[in-house]
Amino acid sequence: MKESIIICRCSDLTQQDIRDLINEGYTTFDEIKRISRVGMGPCQGRTCLPLVLKEISIAIGIPMSDLSPGTFRPPVKSIKLEALTEEAIEGGESYLE
Amino acid sequence: MVKAILSKTADVVIIGGGISGCTIAYNLAKKGVKNIVVVEKSYLASGATGRCGAGIRQQWGTEMNCRMAKYSCDEFERAKEELQYDGDIEFKQGGYLIVSSTEKEHEQFKKNVKLQNSLGIPSKLLRLDEAKEIVPFLNTEGLVSATFCQKDGHLNPFHTTQAYANAAKRLGAEILTFTEVTDIIVEGGKVKAVKTTKGDISTNIVVNAAGGYAQMIGKMAGVELPLFSERHQILVTEPLEPILDPMVMSFSLNLYCQQVPHGGFIMGRGDEGEPRDLRITSGWHFVEEMSKTITKLLPPLKNARFLRQWAGLYNMSPDRQPIYGPVNEVEGFYLAVGYSGHGFMLGPATGRVIAESILGEETTLPIDMLNLDRFKEGKLIFEPSVV
Repeated sequence: MKESIIICRCSDLTQQDIRDLINEGYTTFDEIKRISRVGMGPCQGRTCLPLVLKEISIAIGIPMSDLSPGTFRPPVKSIKLEALTEEAIEGGESYLE
Repeated sequence: MVKAILSKTADVVIIGGGISGCTIAYNLAKKGVKNIVVVEKSYLASGATGRCGAGIRQQWGTEMNCRMAKYSCDEFERAKEELQYDGDIEFKQGGYLIVSSTEKEHEQFKKNVKLQNSLGIPSKLLRLDEAKEIVPFLNTEGLVSATFCQKDGHLNPFHTTQAYANAAKRLGAEILTFTEVTDIIVEGGKVKAVKTTKGDISTNIVVNAAGGYAQMIGKMAGVELPLFSERHQILVTEPLEPILDPMVMSFSLNLYCQQVPHGGFIMGRGDEGEPRDLRITSGWHFVEEMSKTITKLLPPLKNARFLRQWAGLYNMSPDRQPIYGPVNEVEGFYLAVGYSGHGFMLGPATGRVIAESILGEETTLPIDMLNLDRFKEGKLIFEPSVV
């Protein structure tokens, strides 16, 4: 069953894939993300992040609320580079830190 | 999850679990050193290594950078087999196409290619029509010429670092992640111990491979390093069908862009306004400049969707070449720092020469040219080819 439960639709990872990585010793979301690309696709972790945290929580016995979700980076929603280029004609002065 | 506090002794302690720390551990272990400990404050490749542009190139402008890059590329070609890694390091040799946009830069390219060819690097100078044979949709407006080396390319930084770390562990090295170095104990001009958040490690040899934090580690040992760390930003698009083989790069336009094997386009650029205070937050100005400049150079990217941006630290040295080897003032303190944005691609050379240096062997490459004292003596050779 675990082989057919999809956790990450963008990068095509199953529950079993995630459990295997946790068993290999990757026990933070950031590590699993970087080694498997979970959370790096078009959804940017919206679907998979809580599912992966839940798996980590079960495996290592730490509540989900105490686990790091990693860093959320812009943009909130993907956007074509051309659209950014058009916006940039008027803007371009500000740094958002 | 903090386990029992450490109290141990090591032959060598390596500070930093990026590509440099892991290749140094691997090379020392391969040479028979048994008691090696790598101390990493977060997880492997969590710093500059895992945030880099994932490119590898041999087209450099100084002899040492060329030689180290060539050595590293040759080793990367054999890495999968040599390291016996189960995963995929995503090695691709699609080349680097580097374009010039001024006559002055074109003249520099002629010198670079001559130097590279003399060192066995198969790069060549191209006219713009020849560059378009490699990237048909390249917009050559405002460009002068290009150089190309087919053997340059791409590697996945996380998997590559993990591959070296796993190989080092199989040979007996220990890697302590989520363990932060808090001090280095020096007595009578000699390294004695490393203090960490999980306890002390007695040792006579410490390697500073701390990437963006190298200058702080230096201070712990009482050594002022002429380094600063500067934020550099990258963005990635959604994965698309493969249309771009090489990395396309320009020093004068200050950008690079490569389609990685997974399909996404990774692109970055430098900016003089970037903070130098260890911040790695995201800035909007970068996204605007990046999208404007890259869609002009590579017009089909207008339709690519920007998914995510991130940032990491370039650990800048005064001549944009690494600082390697022992520190004369502190016996047992070794440096593998100051990569100025290209530490990942030099990883194999770093591992080799630092291991040799520690063991008192003749180094494969003449790293005395890259020692710390070169700055005192004013013997600087500036690397002209950095984004």
